[in-house]
Amino acid sequence: MTDNPAITQIKADVEANDVVLFMKGSPMFPQCGFSAAVVQILSQLEVKFKGVDVLADDTVRQGVKEFSNWPTVPQLYVKGEFVGGCDIVREMAESGELEDLFKDKEVATA
Amino acid sequence: MAMTAAEISDMIKEALPDAEVTIEDLRGDGDHYAALVVSSAFEDKSRVQQHQMVYDALQGKMGGQLHALALQTALPEAS
Repeated sequence: MTDNPAITQIKADVEANDVVLFMKGSPMFPQCGFSAAVVQILSQLEVKFKGVDVLADDTVRQGVKEFSNWPTVPQLYVKGEFVGGCDIVREMAESGELEDLFKDKEVATA
Repeated sequence: MAMTAAEISDMIKEALPDAEVTIEDLRGDGDHYAALVVSSAFEDKSRVQQHQMVYDALQGKMGGQLHALALQTALPEAS
């Protein structure tokens, strides 16, 4: 559907991994407060996820914005579905919806 | 180039005329804002769609000129 190799790669990543976080920096060393906040939420729930550092590849950084029509990073995907950015993930974590989502999608949590 | 709170609010209201927009300049630097947008246009939309509607209203400024906008969207309280 797309001839942009970055978007093909993003699609492959979100399909191959249950939980994917596109972020600035790595899960060990986030380079942006918003990315760090989402990493912390996922860690608290003990969810395994694949972190993709968009700073490592500018085509991915641009591509991920196009992929979900979402202008910012971080972006969280669960089982191929875009869940949201930092604000939405934080809201969902506080209300318990995020944990429910992982349960519904049968993603292992603590 | 930062944006003022009024510019952000105006752009959102232009796209979502009934919206009540509350903007807070988090650090007073004109670069880190938090916005609460309340509009009936959000009815039957997912959170992602609601935020996308606001981002669309900002016409590409989000993530560019507008570095940090913490966004919260809501439906008007039923009266």
